[in-house]
Formats: sequence, C-alpha cells, structure tokens
Amino acid sequence: MASCGLAAGADEIYRALEKSLPDSVKLEKTACLGFCYAEPMIELVDEHNESKVYGNITLRDIPGIAEQKPPVSKLMLDANGDAPANAQLAQQVRIVTRHAGRIDPENLQDYLDDSGYEALRKACTAMNAQDVIDTIKNSGLRGRGGAGFPTGLKWQLAKNAKGDKKYIICNADEGDPGAFMDRNVLESDPHTVLEGMAICARAIGADEGYIYCRAEYPLAIKRLRKAIADAEKGGFLGDNIFKSGFSLHIRIKEGAGAFVCGEETALIASIEGKRGMPVLRPPYPAEAGLWGKPTNNNNVETYAAVPWILLHGADAYAAYGTEKSKGTKVFALAGKVKHTGMVEVPMGMTLRRIIYDIGGGIKDDRPIKAVQLGGPSGGCIPESLLDTPVDYESIVQTGAIMGSGGMVVMDDTSCMVNIAAFFLKFIQNESCGKCTFCRIGTLRMLEILQRIQEGKGVPDDIGKLEELSEQIIASSLCGLGKTAPNPVLTTLRYFRDEYLAHIEKKRCPAGVCRALVHFTIDREACTGCTLCAKNCPVNAITGSPKKPHTIDQDSCISCGACYTVCKFDAVIRS
Amino acid sequence: MNNTIIDVIKKYEGIKGSAIPILQEVQEIEGYISNDTIREISAVTGIPSAELYGIATFYSMFRLKPQGRHTIRTCKGTACHVSGADTIASAIRTHLKLPENENTTDDDRFTVLEVACLGCCSLAPVIMIDDTTYGKLTIGKLARILDSYT
Repeated sequence: MASCGLAAGADEIYRALEKSLPDSVKLEKTACLGFCYAEPMIELVDEHNESKVYGNITLRDIPGIAEQKPPVSKLMLDANGDAPANAQLAQQVRIVTRHAGRIDPENLQDYLDDSGYEALRKACTAMNAQDVIDTIKNSGLRGRGGAGFPTGLKWQLAKNAKGDKKYIICNADEGDPGAFMDRNVLESDPHTVLEGMAICARAIGADEGYIYCRAEYPLAIKRLRKAIADAEKGGFLGDNIFKSGFSLHIRIKEGAGAFVCGEETALIASIEGKRGMPVLRPPYPAEAGLWGKPTNNNNVETYAAVPWILLHGADAYAAYGTEKSKGTKVFALAGKVKHTGMVEVPMGMTLRRIIYDIGGGIKDDRPIKAVQLGGPSGGCIPESLLDTPVDYESIVQTGAIMGSGGMVVMDDTSCMVNIAAFFLKFIQNESCGKCTFCRIGTLRMLEILQRIQEGKGVPDDIGKLEELSEQIIASSLCGLGKTAPNPVLTTLRYFRDEYLAHIEKKRCPAGVCRALVHFTIDREACTGCTLCAKNCPVNAITGSPKKPHTIDQDSCISCGACYTVCKFDAVIRS
Repeated sequence: MNNTIIDVIKKYEGIKGSAIPILQEVQEIEGYISNDTIREISAVTGIPSAELYGIATFYSMFRLKPQGRHTIRTCKGTACHVSGADTIASAIRTHLKLPENENTTDDDRFTVLEVACLGCCSLAPVIMIDDTTYGKLTIGKLARILDSYT
C-alpha cells in the first residue's frame, strides 16, 4: 500500500478483505513491490509458507479470495517461478529495494527480523569510522541522485573537515518529473534510509541530520515520522546508540515546491529557511555546508544501499555492475511501456533489456521512438541507441545523463519538439532567476520552440537554439542551468528531421502540435456511437446517437482525444 | 493579533531556519498567506516581511490568494504529459466552466493547480483532489469524480 497502490484502490480492497476474511487468515499491509501497472496487488501465503502474488485485484475477486479460491488468471508471482511476472523479477537484483513490498514499512519489528539495524550495530561496535568509509569506497558506490560522485570519497572529505559540529542531509526532494524511485523506497522501507544515514553520521562524526522531503509525498513523510519515532524508541537513533557514545537526531524538513532545491547548496539554503538559491562552490558542503558547518549530503537511494553494503561487504556490491559503475540502480519505468513500475537492475544492463524484457515492451505494441532519461537535465535517447548499457559514462555519451532514475518511454505518438518544449517550460518555471542566461536564455529558447510548434518557425531557429544552449551551459552557476538545454540538444541531435518537418513543411509528424493538426469526422464512416463526444474535453463534438457527429472547429483544441477513441476510423487527422 | 499565528510561531521558538515551516503551518490553518499574515509573522518573529514575502513567492506551494474548498492538482510530469495530461486539464476546466485566467471556481468549490509531478507516473495521467490521488484517468471518469465533491 504505497501511493501507486492506494491511487489504484488498494485501500478499498484492504477494507473489503478485513470484512470478509475468516479469522484464521492474518491480514497485513505492505508497500510497493514495483509492479505498479498491476496494482492493487495482494500476496497470499499458505500454511506451508508458500507465497503467491496476484495483481489487478478488484472487489469482485474478494469473495473468491476469502474462500481461498483466488483468481488464477491474475497470478503474477509464485514460489516455483513460473508465473507471468517471475521472469521480470528474475532479471532484477534487489538491494536498495530488498524489502519493498516484502515487509510492513510501518512495523519496525518486520525490519529488525530481516537484519534491520545490524549494519549500524556493526558500524558502531565492530568498525571504526575509517573502516566504514573504506568499505563504502571499495564498494564503488556512486551518488544515485544523478551526478555519480563517489560516495566514499564524499564521506572522507566530510570526515576530514575540521569542525565541532557536523550535519548529514538526505536529499529526498525527488523533483524530476517522471521519477518516483525515492518515494517508493521511503514509503516501502523508511528504516533502511535512516540506517544508511546513521552509518554515514557515525563515519563522518555528525550528530544531527535532516531529511529534506518534498511536500508532494505526504505518505513518505508520514512513514518517515513514524520510523524515526520507532527507531528512537528502539535505541537505533537518538542518544548513545548501541551504547557506543554515538548520538544522532534526525529531523524532517518538508520542501515547499522548488525543483532547484534538489541542488545541494539550494537545498541547504532552504533548510536554513531561506529562498532556495544555489551558491558558488567551493567551498563544498563537506567543508562549509548547513549553517557553515561540514555537511554530507546524499540522495535517498545512496543511503539505502549502505546497510546492505556493510552487511554483505564491499566486494559483494562491487560484483554487480561495470568497471566504473558498480552495484545496482533503481529506475522508475513509466510512459508508454507495458509494465510501468519500479525496477532495480545491475549497472550495465542495456536500455533495451530494461524496456522490453522487464518492461514488457511498448503499450499496444506500437513502435518505440525514444526513452527519456534524467528528467529535465537529461535527454531523449533514440531507438537506435537502445543497446547502450546503463552506466554513468555510457549514458553521458548519448547526450543524456543517468539522472536519478526516471525512465520515460515514448512511442510514435510523441512529438519530440513538443517534448523539448515541455522540459524547457518546466525549467523556465523552476529557474531560480539568479543567472541571467538560465532565467532569460531558457525563455528565449522556449519562445522559439513554441513558434516552431505553431508552424511559424524559420530555418534560422535551429542555429539560434544551439547557440543559446551553448551560452546557457557556459554561463549558469548550478546544475539546473548547466543541463537545461540537454533535452533540446538531444532531440536536435537525434530527431532533427522532426524539427525540420515543423519548420519547413509546417507539419507535425506525430500529430501532436495543436496548431498543425486538425480533426474532422467522416460522415460516411461515423456510426454515431457517441464515444468521441463523451471523450471530448471541451464539448466540441455534437450529434445525435446513431447519426453522424460533427466537430465544431472553433471550440476544438486539437487534442486528438476523439481520434484516439474512435473505433471506426471515422475521425480524420490532417 | 491573530492567536493561531502566535501559537504556531511559539512552537518554533529557538529553532533555527523556521520561516518556511511557520508559513507552511499557517497556510495549512488559514488556507493561504495574506499580506496581513506576513506582517503579523514578521512582527512576532522579527524576520523582515520582505524576506517572508520573498520566501512565499519563491516556493510554489504557497498561495497568496484565498483558495476553493477543494484543491485539484493536475500532474504535469513527463509520464502524464505523454499520456494526455493537457487534455485532462482542458476537460477539468470545461467541466468546471473555469476560464483560462482563473484558478478558483465562482462558487469557491475548487481551486485548480498544475503540479510538476505527483510521483505516480505508472498510473498516468494522474490528478490529486485534496489528499486523494486518481490514476489512469479518462475523460469519461472525470465528471463523476469531480461531481462527488461538494
């Protein structure tokens, strides 16, 4: 019961089960197994401790489940490994998400039963600070927020920094549109993040920590609050942890809606209660961070990997992945892919395997056009490069970035000029305004893209976009500005023909740009089924049942909803 | 002086960097941040009102105008965008008879906002009304959902 499951109706299913299950069956809640497309899901464990997972459960399935006759056609995972979704899971390596969907995230005992806080005990009682840092260094773990800075080295810098007071921060301000890995981890296994933070604090010598979580994630915040309280009660956080003299107090800071606060100096400013505006580095936060004190800042996924590494050893972690990118990466698979959800794979797996073997391919078996990686700082990778392995270096070569893990799949119904404009509009809204090129340059680029989308582009526009991109990259202070042109540059690199079609032929090949398409109804083909009228967002379609319908061109917004729903090919796009 | 505001500020006495949580909590109680509220917080905390106003305008969650009884957040994330979020947004406005330049309905029933991403990308397109998330939305489902709020 994480956000996705709840949005799909898991709460209703839970309440129905509560009412109808016999007393002999124990009902428990868990969080996200990652198969979001099949929510709501349930897991049935029989008296032999054998588990079966069923997906797409509706209220109609409840009586059957109560009589121990679950809907066989909805079986997804079983212990033998031959259910439909077993193959998807078999290709994954679950380290960060090892507990997701397996334990009750609101029950500390569940976490403790699976070696919970054992890694922290080890760090507090059997290892010294340098041992901990060396283990993280040897594991090859790199920052999972997107930049990929070696985590062990970052910790070393914070440990070496002189200061009477040090802080740790967990960046849970997952702002990339299309990314929800961190939300899933926080909702499904909050203790593992707290344990990772505590191990880091122990290693660098911090006694106070903050989790900066975006306010759009109320469930994650609720579960974190409970987890912190429970851990303090259990002696895993608070004063004198494991009687080692080490203390750590963790507070939650709720974000207030600013994408730029994912940048570490802006995030620190925001925790300090100010406008979240980035400042020039150096000094790096490791030397002078929160309130001027040495501070270590990592992302949720990075901290969540730490307890596993300490328990299983650096070599076990480094055994996964490629030469320079070790371990696993969690991706949020979304867009036009069949199996949307959360996946965790060893670094180095190709995009094609993730999208087709785990993701099940493209919805309605349409052709894939691109996959968007790294959100507004990333780029669109075309079909021809799908055999690129996911590791930091290979992804950068395509012009995109690994990013935090959002992977949005696009089919032939997406217009790449529209996508570029979408990201630029996002950046325009979120630019903090400090650097002129980021503030005004992105606006000028957006204006050009909008012009192209309206069929008013001129041949010179592409050159202007490239020139502005170069200047914005060179003249912006923080990562937001420096990477802002990436979505435009990658689409220009791989989908230049689409830009040219808009500019020269005044045509949108994907039929998305509203000024360049219009829709009419073929009176011969229309059966008067009324489906188009029911789906028109602006009530522009009129007609009596069983009689041909018409579209009022004045109120039509060319959204294409009628075109998509018509079963008789009676809506004509031109 | 408004007692609720003083109560909120008291909770944060002595805690560094509390301007944002104070504004968040006051907004939670009052629905939005008015100019008077900013002046009152400034008077009690000593934080200049210009600084408070700067914070309130910087972060997108702060509202400077009165809000409707229910808040609709239309997700404009990447996954929702490629799954027709714009069409959903148009349909909401048409159904509520809300003109382009307005965010709150005449009867104060709804305030309509766009948000960058709700993080339910696998259920795109998604909207959130108050604390409830609705996924895999179609225009057909919308009217029933909207009409269930009074």
